Amino acid sequence: MSRSLKKGPFVDPNVLKLVKKMSGRGNREPLKTWSRSCTIIPDFVGQTFMVHNGKAFTKVFVTEDMVGHKLGEFAPTRVFRGHTNKKEEAKKTGGAPPA
Amino acid sequence: MPRLVGVDIPNDKRLVISLTYIYGVGDHTAARICRELNIDPNMRAKDITEEEVARIAGFLDRQVPTEGGLRRKIAMDIQRLKEIGCYRGSRHRRSLPVRGQRTRTNARTRKGPKKTVAGKKSVKAK
Repeated sequence: MSRSLKKGPFVDPNVLKLVKKMSGRGNREPLKTWSRSCTIIPDFVGQTFMVHNGKAFTKVFVTEDMVGHKLGEFAPTRVFRGHTNKKEEAKKTGGAPPA
Repeated sequence: MPRLVGVDIPNDKRLVISLTYIYGVGDHTAARICRELNIDPNMRAKDITEEEVARIAGFLDRQVPTEGGLRRKIAMDIQRLKEIGCYRGSRHRRSLPVRGQRTRTNARTRKGPKKTVAGKKSVKAK
């Protein structure tokens, strides 16, 4: 179910505050944030974010096309390095499969 | 047989039904066309007049994306998702389900025919 239009898009108040502060200056530096659920609004275009993915911060430069998406959509939380083959598994002697 | 938006030639079914043979027109849009243009949805498609064909064509042209244009739009939307590097885009790139479905089993529509992996324990064997 989609979000009620009455409420408008969810924009993290903290992120919004920081972006506003940044846009006043000429040189925008990357903005660290954990707020993955924050919607990207047109004001964010041109800003670089460091979006947390649960482990590290992923650099996200916001372009016009990204408006309407959430910050978290650009910072993947899972790393898939392929399936284990039989040889690798045998070497690990009953080790857990890689995450 | 009447001809609408290029190659579509619906046959001698009821008009509402035959309109759905156009890519981009489903039951809902077909019913809406008949309602808004005051055309009897129950008559056979072959019985409609030239003038009615023109009106339907005009309506489709103005209000409903169909056929090539719609296909192009969908392809462009997917292309956009791929280019901005978002999660949905990466799912499209890997042709995996985009909307959070499970991939441990099923997901065959996106993943294509089964590729058997040697040495993998089957679910039954467990």
